[in-house]
Amino acid sequence: MEILELDALSLGAAIRARKLGVREVTECYLNEIEARDGAYHCYNTVCRASALARADEVQKGLDDGTYTGPLAGVPVGVKDNICTKGIPTTCSSKILSGFLPTYNATVVERLKDAGMVLLGKLNMDEFAMGSTTETSFTGPTRNPWDTSRVPGGSSGGSAAAVAARLAPIALGSDTGGSIRQPASFCGVSGLKPTYGAVSRYGLVAYASSLDQIGPIGRTAADCAALFSVIQGKDSRDGTSMETPSLELAGVLEGTLQGKRVGLPADYFGDGLSADVRAAVEAAAETCRSLGATVETFSLPIVKYAVPAYYIIACAEACSNLSRYDGIKYGYRAEQAEGLLDVYVRSRAEGFGMEVKRRIMLGNFVLSAGYYDAYYNKALKAKKLIQQSFFDAFERFDLLLGPVSPATAPKLGESLSDPLKMYLDDIYTVMINIAGVPSMALPCGFGENGMPVGMQLIGKPFCEAEILSAAAAFQRATGFHRQFPQSV
Amino acid sequence: MEWEVVMGLEVHTELATKTKIFCGCSTEFGGAPNTHVCEVCAGMPGTLPVLNRRVVEFAVRTGLATNCAITRKTKFDRKNYFYPDLPKAYQISQLYLPICRNGYIEVKDAAGAPKKIGIHEIHMEEDAGKLVHDAVSGCTLVDYNRCGVPLLEIVSEPDFRSAAEVIEYLEKLRAILQFTGVSDCKMQEGSLRADVNLSVRRAGSAEFGTRTEMKNLNSFRAIARAIEYEAQRQIDVLEDGGTVVQETRRWDDDRGVSYAMRSKEDAQDYKYFPEPDLPPLEISDAYIEKVRAEMPELPDAKRRRYVEELGLPEYDTSILTGDLALMRLFEATISYGESPKAVANWIMGEVMKLLNDTGTAAEDMTLSPAALAAVIRMVQSEKINRGTGKTVLEKVFCEGVDPEEYVEAHNLAQITDLSAIRPVLEDVIAQNEKSVSEYKAGKTQAMGYIMGQAMRALKGKAPAKEVQRLLHELLD
Repeated sequence: MEILELDALSLGAAIRARKLGVREVTECYLNEIEARDGAYHCYNTVCRASALARADEVQKGLDDGTYTGPLAGVPVGVKDNICTKGIPTTCSSKILSGFLPTYNATVVERLKDAGMVLLGKLNMDEFAMGSTTETSFTGPTRNPWDTSRVPGGSSGGSAAAVAARLAPIALGSDTGGSIRQPASFCGVSGLKPTYGAVSRYGLVAYASSLDQIGPIGRTAADCAALFSVIQGKDSRDGTSMETPSLELAGVLEGTLQGKRVGLPADYFGDGLSADVRAAVEAAAETCRSLGATVETFSLPIVKYAVPAYYIIACAEACSNLSRYDGIKYGYRAEQAEGLLDVYVRSRAEGFGMEVKRRIMLGNFVLSAGYYDAYYNKALKAKKLIQQSFFDAFERFDLLLGPVSPATAPKLGESLSDPLKMYLDDIYTVMINIAGVPSMALPCGFGENGMPVGMQLIGKPFCEAEILSAAAAFQRATGFHRQFPQSV
Repeated sequence: MEWEVVMGLEVHTELATKTKIFCGCSTEFGGAPNTHVCEVCAGMPGTLPVLNRRVVEFAVRTGLATNCAITRKTKFDRKNYFYPDLPKAYQISQLYLPICRNGYIEVKDAAGAPKKIGIHEIHMEEDAGKLVHDAVSGCTLVDYNRCGVPLLEIVSEPDFRSAAEVIEYLEKLRAILQFTGVSDCKMQEGSLRADVNLSVRRAGSAEFGTRTEMKNLNSFRAIARAIEYEAQRQIDVLEDGGTVVQETRRWDDDRGVSYAMRSKEDAQDYKYFPEPDLPPLEISDAYIEKVRAEMPELPDAKRRRYVEELGLPEYDTSILTGDLALMRLFEATISYGESPKAVANWIMGEVMKLLNDTGTAAEDMTLSPAALAAVIRMVQSEKINRGTGKTVLEKVFCEGVDPEEYVEAHNLAQITDLSAIRPVLEDVIAQNEKSVSEYKAGKTQAMGYIMGQAMRALKGKAPAKEVQRLLHELLD
């Protein structure tokens, strides 16, 4: 049986049926990583020894009935901003070099409880700030479909690993599109859950009011399975909420029949490249052919999304990142003399360009005299955006649109024009501001042969509805089954 | 021309919760450095705060006890600044929607008339750690034990016009916080800290002068001294034609002077914004009523009850309700059936004298109400006389002896059996013939001497009244 060909649920089924051993599967992935990750740099850390030991433990647990879930024995990669006890958690930043958490993120505990095996920690944009994984201190990840192109970001390592068959499934985090955009660029599926549906405990914060952890997998069904492992209230995260339990069987048999799908006209305006437009419009037709009603509506608030997002996200980020001061852990400048010098030099040397830019933007918008002009206005925009989605969901069950205006750019293209990079987040950031769930899934290929993604946006805590529709779409289409030539 | 001093207070009090405000670590004072610390209060990456509900309850209690309006939708904000004792580099506090607003505490003004000191707001926040400067290594060390200990900051209006008002307000506030169980208010351990904002202006002026803020005030006495010093300093500056600089000043109690720490120009921009990790709190009417119903009796109510139901004088009640430990001792002692006035007298007299003589804080006193009641009962029933009672109480207070056993063991009980007294008196009469004949000759003063001799022979253990009666019986 070709292990790499199996999606996570099939792998889990084969393991439960004793057709595959957990060690065999784990070893296969570890060997693949060793052999091929040099071409992509998906991983910051590979946990070979602990993964193999854990594989044996999980096999025992499967044999004695401790683990019975659909993902038991399945290896998983975790984005490097999710804390793993005793395993480096760097956020792809020099400033966290040497930092070993003494605790697991809640999601990591839940992966363990489900009998999953941690393969390693996946590359990302530094502190999740970026859309290309090029701001990583450990070097960029390359897109498995074309290694001269970026995988997207910030969860670029997670999406590329799934696309390159270097992990059957992975966790990413999404603050303004960081799961959906790389999933879209790499031709895989990724879910940004409702804010509060998944515990953030142990997720190194970028923008606390927007961050969410979510699954990236080969199929919507895989994402559903992993989401159901990690979701739900956590006593260690006061912003986490009780979530409805997810019936996996129901999701797998989901349908688009009778669903009211809305297309925000403002997601299809100027700036959307022709090939992406064509692919997403074709996907809308597919939905219609599967029994959905599809209707265009106006969502003019879109124009405020990017500025509101960058104000709120940078404001929270500058505060969240203040703790990296060179005192207690991570990088400390060697030449520093005195307290202020330790702060200044450690941060100047420890943070990369994009992180510094956002820290400065955040400090600016929170400064006395500017707070009302920027931060308060952004909060007002947030209210309006939330209201717009609330209104849209009076009429529609799901919204459908592109994830990104274009397919993956070449390495280096975006970094030279940060403003364009920010503006390219236009279709994803407002989802985080509204706090609603959204899933990216492949819906075609661009002129350059790179994958195109669409997103299905749903009502708060209605992940099941999105996943069911996505599963129905994937039963009718084959985009998600394509994989890069290089693999 | 007359000067008027205008002051406002910012009081920080550490709450008597068992655990910290955002994690499960102990709040106990005095543990070995960095032993009450976890990844949450150490601000490690990825960790999140979870609000201790008890802190909200204590804040609401304090608000209700100080006549505040409770904010129904309250939330936390971040105050951002870099300092090694603040591991997240921000303090979770409340700026925009503090939990309590618009309250007051009543004090007496210079003329003795009641005066309301406004409370602008009360907000919840976390304490920072402590820097320890190690003289041996020359290093500065950080102890995070105090990090995340819950605080209330109680901000008054600028309503104070004298140090006496300030001290009375603080005494009342301390009693409220202690009586409601919100804080133990130990100034020496930093669980009650007050900063004084002070300005002066010409009497009758409607404008406020430029104010300074004084920190490091570690006792009520230091506060009173610092106020006097700072008011005079500002008056001197103004009378010399200078201007007061808006600044933060540190009080040096040993030298009795304050000095400038930082001026307004150095003031930091804390870049407050809403704390995204804690959801806003909705406080319902039902919750407030529940807190109100469960609230212990407040000092003012106790004071009224002591006067009306126990018949105590105003003066006694103000002393007994001014300190939690004394109040508890009083109430527990009268529960043994002793008369309230007698108990009040013993506490205000002997107990307070012993506290004073031994330099013991009332809250550290080990004297049990049962023991105090036993001493009072023995004196009231004349089993021992008052002087013996004082001696016994001192033994109880200092050495923790059982008062009844002690009286027994040292044979201090009064002789109540008259047949045992009579032979002693007959001996005294026999040995003091001179005085006896003088008395019999009509020199009534001689009786005093005979009485003294008799009491001496009886080692003070017989009731004086009985001795006198018997002497008259034997001599007249």
